[in-house]
Amino acid sequence: MSEQAVAEFLLESRENLARVENDLVAMEGGSAPSAERIAAIFRAVHTIKGTTGFLGFARLEALVHQGEGLLSAVREGRRAASKEVASALLDMVDAVRRFLDEIEATGADAATDAGGAAAALTRLLGAAPLEPGAAEVGAAEAGALELGLLAETDGSVRVDVRLLDQLMDLVGELVLVRNQALRLAGEAGETPFAAPVQRLNLVATELQQRVMKTRMQPIGALWTKLPRLVRDLGRLCGKQVRLELEGGATELDRTIIEAIKDPLTHLVRNAVDHGIEAPAARAAKGKRPEGLLHLRAYHEGGNVNLEVADDGAGIDWRRVADKAVQLGLVTAEQAQRLDEAERSALLFRPGFTTTDQVTTVSGRGVGLDVVRSNLEQIGGTVDVLDRAGGGTVVRVKIPLTLAIIPALIVTSAGARYAVPQANVVEIARVEDRAGLERVLDAPVFRLRGRLLTLLDLDRELAPDEATWRPPTGAAHIVVVRAEERTFGLLVEGVVDGEEIVVKPLPRQVKDVGAFAGATIMGDGKVALILDTLGLAARANLLGRTDAAPQAEPRRRAEDAERLLLLELSGGERAAIRLDSVSRLEELRPELVERSGGGQVVQHRGEVLPLFALEHLLGRAAERGRRGERIPVIVHTGPEGSIGLTVERLLDIVDEAAQLRRKSTRPGVQGTVVVQQRVTELLDLPALVALARAQVGAS
Amino acid sequence: MSDAAGRLVCTFSVQGFLLGVPVAEVQEVLRQPEATRVPRAAACVLGVVNLRGQIIAAIDLRARLGLPPRGGDGAPMTVVVHGGEGLTALVVDEIGDVIEVSGDLTPPPETLPPHLQELALGIHELEGGLLVLLDAQRAASVEGERRRGDLGGRVHGTKRPAERDQGRGATWSA
Repeated sequence: MSEQAVAEFLLESRENLARVENDLVAMEGGSAPSAERIAAIFRAVHTIKGTTGFLGFARLEALVHQGEGLLSAVREGRRAASKEVASALLDMVDAVRRFLDEIEATGADAATDAGGAAAALTRLLGAAPLEPGAAEVGAAEAGALELGLLAETDGSVRVDVRLLDQLMDLVGELVLVRNQALRLAGEAGETPFAAPVQRLNLVATELQQRVMKTRMQPIGALWTKLPRLVRDLGRLCGKQVRLELEGGATELDRTIIEAIKDPLTHLVRNAVDHGIEAPAARAAKGKRPEGLLHLRAYHEGGNVNLEVADDGAGIDWRRVADKAVQLGLVTAEQAQRLDEAERSALLFRPGFTTTDQVTTVSGRGVGLDVVRSNLEQIGGTVDVLDRAGGGTVVRVKIPLTLAIIPALIVTSAGARYAVPQANVVEIARVEDRAGLERVLDAPVFRLRGRLLTLLDLDRELAPDEATWRPPTGAAHIVVVRAEERTFGLLVEGVVDGEEIVVKPLPRQVKDVGAFAGATIMGDGKVALILDTLGLAARANLLGRTDAAPQAEPRRRAEDAERLLLLELSGGERAAIRLDSVSRLEELRPELVERSGGGQVVQHRGEVLPLFALEHLLGRAAERGRRGERIPVIVHTGPEGSIGLTVERLLDIVDEAAQLRRKSTRPGVQGTVVVQQRVTELLDLPALVALARAQVGAS
Repeated sequence: MSDAAGRLVCTFSVQGFLLGVPVAEVQEVLRQPEATRVPRAAACVLGVVNLRGQIIAAIDLRARLGLPPRGGDGAPMTVVVHGGEGLTALVVDEIGDVIEVSGDLTPPPETLPPHLQELALGIHELEGGLLVLLDAQRAASVEGERRRGDLGGRVHGTKRPAERDQGRGATWSA
């Protein structure tokens, strides 16, 4: 008996057990399996029995023999495919697994106790009236079935994953050689090499695609274990759970499948233990006693979304808030004002649990924080939402990191970078960088009436920021979306869209934060893949504070509004919603002319009336006394443009502009807290209306 | 490290210092491949290179050891080592022979540049001079190294050997 034969037996048997298990769980749940499925279960068990006998594991063989006998009776209709039968067979599956573990560890099947499982099988077998000759017929048929099984496995081969990885790397090399050959053949013109090189090109491309495909697995491969898990959990917690799986064919790179295995198990466990109520409690609420656990996987914008939904009691957010206060995570006052995203974030804090009772299944306080950190390691995110109609949905977003992704290749400071297309909204071109409007140091761009904050990639990725000088000439703006926030990447050029193979970065450069990975370009050189989220965070576009990124639950992006922070004469600060601003300009004071009672400036072919913002608010203003350029906020409406001059533009900030106090003064909405300072929030359209009224009056 | 039998060491030089790593830790020796610069990475990281489909970091051993930058002449070479997880390319001035060393390692002398002392496993005394056996894993690690564009942090320049110290061969004695 060779070691290899045993190893193969173990692997094959475990696979077979996994295959029959879900059918048995379904049978136990009351859905009678088709004759075909029964035959498949029988076949799998029969194969195990055959091999055990051959390898000389007599005790295991005896157990499986009984199971086979029972299945045979079911197959021939001598016994109903009852819950009882299914439970007994599931117990047998467990016992066989214990045997397999023992064989793996010791090489023998001497110690495992299968008494309980065997007794149940014997009892059920004994209850079945045996028809004469049935056993022989069964055996003959089993032989035929075995042939069928061989034919089934014939089409696939087991391959070590490392081999696939190596193949992938080698194909990448081949593609590079192909590219060189193509280039040389192209330069040489008409040669006898042209045709074979062309053929090489086609074959290499096809080979690359096929090898990449070998690494993809349907997420359903991960789900095969769930029916059993849910059944066992349900029993343990005294719950009835119906499992629905949707989108099992959704393909993911195998490394990701591997990485989400544990988090997924955890979420399912949580849903059954905490989410779904006990049958009596459900009945009292008028629900079906059987709870629903619905898993759904689908592609969305270059990500795979995985949802774990239950129709249970849902999350008692008040209790979450109380617990958070109790644990000192938030103050009682803060707890009153938590929004959806903030309270969801609480659940992911280390050690957080609302269960006072520790069950064997979950509730030990190691929970969602582990799920979150596991998912974040592969660049995923997780959110907890209320499910429409009651219950909870946990939504996991997983990027296709180690897969092939479409990307936009851009250049910056002479180097190529890849931007995942999933983040790209659109591309715009600017003729002259110098013509870009700037707010303080940051360039902005007007896209269909909205100001878009720009991140200058040349500067962000400059070899040395100290010696960096802004380039001139044409540039492109790649409009990207990251975490529900849109901004523009200012790049030198846009080369092309390309399918790239995402490769991990070496550890020495992993923590830079601006790159999500790397890829190998057609010429064999490496291009870095931009991490738009990381870049945005670096550039502080997402309004994160570096000081205490963990201290506060993350604010939802929609709640944060972009405010233009400015200074008035006398040093007072004020803020205006950036949305209402059409354009920002800086004017030389000598260009300002007096016309009628007011000031105007000729700018970009139009006459722009100017008003000092302070005057509109009924205060004094001093402008241009230092000969510096005057900052102007331009508002364009149906009646034309108006410019409001201010002392200084300070910053653009993302703040949840929660009005602290409403104002009754014209042009002032109220006060908000910006950067820990009480600041007046001005109403630009109202100020413009005030200005127009002034013109009309004079 | 104290077995009496000889051990094979792959040797190379950086600014006249004769260095080496055990042959078992060396994957291969290459001409310097074209590295893609990684903005904001540690200053001693020249960039990332494509080694037959695998992307690995190229570390300038001069910068890593706090030595002055390489002059224009002479093409640098690359020693690909197994350092911790994965491979790392160490860029050196010149590749030497694979030599057999015997006897015990002695601790590095204090006259070595401080960074070299930190990364040295020890010293072998050869007939022609000294061989510093490097800890490849630590040489491949850039944790705590100064980043490009950082103003603060760890600066190599403080104890850097003078620029004149650029002769060939071992220029210090134990």
